[in-house]
Amino acid sequence: MVYNKRVDGRGFDELRPIEAKAGVIPKADGSAYFKMGKTVAYAAVYGPRELFPKFMQDPKKGILRVNYNMMPFSGAGERVRPGPSRRSKEISMVSEKALSTVLNLDDYPNAVVDVFIELPQTDAGSRCCGINAAAIALADAGLAMRDLVSAVAVGQADNRVIVDLNYEEEHLPEFVDHVDSEHVADIPVAMVPSTGEITLLQMDGIVNREALMEALHKAAAAIPQISAIQRNALKQKFHGETGEGLNGNNGHNGQSAGNGNSGATTQTAPADNESDSTDTGADLTQG
Amino acid sequence: MVDIETKKHIIECLTKGVRYDGRSMTEFRPIEVRTGLIETAEGSAQVKCGNTEVIAGVKMTMEKPYPDTPNEGILMVGAELLPLSNPRYESGPPDAYAIEVARVIDRGIRESKSLDNKRLCIQAGEKVWTINVDICPINDDGNLFDVGSMAAVAAILSATFPAVENDKINYKKRTAEKIPLAKIPIAVTVSKIGGFFIVDPQESEEQSCDTRLTVTTTDDGNLCALQKGGYGTLTIPDIDKMLTLALAKATEIRKLIKDSLVPRTGESYE
Repeated sequence: MVYNKRVDGRGFDELRPIEAKAGVIPKADGSAYFKMGKTVAYAAVYGPRELFPKFMQDPKKGILRVNYNMMPFSGAGERVRPGPSRRSKEISMVSEKALSTVLNLDDYPNAVVDVFIELPQTDAGSRCCGINAAAIALADAGLAMRDLVSAVAVGQADNRVIVDLNYEEEHLPEFVDHVDSEHVADIPVAMVPSTGEITLLQMDGIVNREALMEALHKAAAAIPQISAIQRNALKQKFHGETGEGLNGNNGHNGQSAGNGNSGATTQTAPADNESDSTDTGADLTQG
Repeated sequence: MVDIETKKHIIECLTKGVRYDGRSMTEFRPIEVRTGLIETAEGSAQVKCGNTEVIAGVKMTMEKPYPDTPNEGILMVGAELLPLSNPRYESGPPDAYAIEVARVIDRGIRESKSLDNKRLCIQAGEKVWTINVDICPINDDGNLFDVGSMAAVAAILSATFPAVENDKINYKKRTAEKIPLAKIPIAVTVSKIGGFFIVDPQESEEQSCDTRLTVTTTDDGNLCALQKGGYGTLTIPDIDKMLTLALAKATEIRKLIKDSLVPRTGESYE
């Protein structure tokens, strides 16, 4: 059988419930809280500030330095040992690349913009959740940006293309009695919402070319919903208003169509407000 | 370190009987304790004390006991000064201050003897429960010793054991069994600035203090751990005053923690 009903009852294109808030860490220059389903990320931005050690300074441009970290109790299984791991270093690096393109680092010679992403609780999609928080925090810090960056994991489980995988879907054969296909593909994607440029793309699992393209189109359709929630969090902080669209879909479908999504990306989900979950499939259980 | 002018101003204020932020010398900032927010942890607590915010989480494993205590479980409290929480902190291995914070909080809980380690034994010499408590500051605006300690204790009190199936832990399933903590140890740090004694310093006060004394006490009014910090000195009468203050404050905080033990799983942290 094909994966006909998602484990948590969502529509196949439906994001998990999202919650976002800007300015949650008073000591930071910019900060944010982002929650997608049961994955929670805090992000803090410090800088631009002078870069040490000094030999790393570049008189022509500043650098962006991202640090992704899971808190020791944030994994579904055993305690995660504190300190950097191979996995967290790689995620820090790809997140840095996902975010740097929207900044103008030439403005900050000899300086560093530090972004710290901390996850107190994860349930797949932690790198996307972290990037979503980090983009809000960068804007909250008042840095000039050409757009936000929004991220979601898409993928394929039991021959069905789905948006915003949770932990159980990432490990579907362990959680459902019978699957036609043991293969699960997990594809975190980050985009610049206004242009459709992809700034992060990773994949693990097995997927055919058609399904991959379908998944990417679905990511492109989900991204504007996330971006609307990010903007809304910033509006709430700076204007105290609710903005137009906590409801991710409102008024943003036009935008996603503009991104060249084909009809294949229509939302089957009832598209409730704040029901986007965009986790990108960081594997939670890793310690 | 804070600049000399700021320190002078703080002391001038104290001479007039006021804190930098308008509090009295013996007044904590508003404290908010919430437990059970983190679903991936066996126990958790979020404590906000003014702008200082800390999350603590409990993770349990089964491990081989130490050879000298073959029938006792293990408690470990760790703290990391996340660079997310304050611009002074950097990534990398913990520095001496981070280690001091972790050790002072660990000692306060351990030496209170409130945890019945023997009840954490599964099979003597082979397998015992290990309780890992990790303290993560989200925003450090001073007084991590006290706020971290509150979070650690509240997290332990809120924790329940995971289920064990075929000698393996199933973290998805929780039992109703609680960690056997008989008393509630509370750390209160009294700081001395220019001859004045204050509690719960915010960052600029903390940076200007000459000496501090962290006093951990239990429900019965006994002391279970002390730590003097800072380059200044204390006299015996100073210590007497500091103990009085710490005991009084601990009673207030203990009540707050007891009141917080209503789990809030699934709620938003913010």
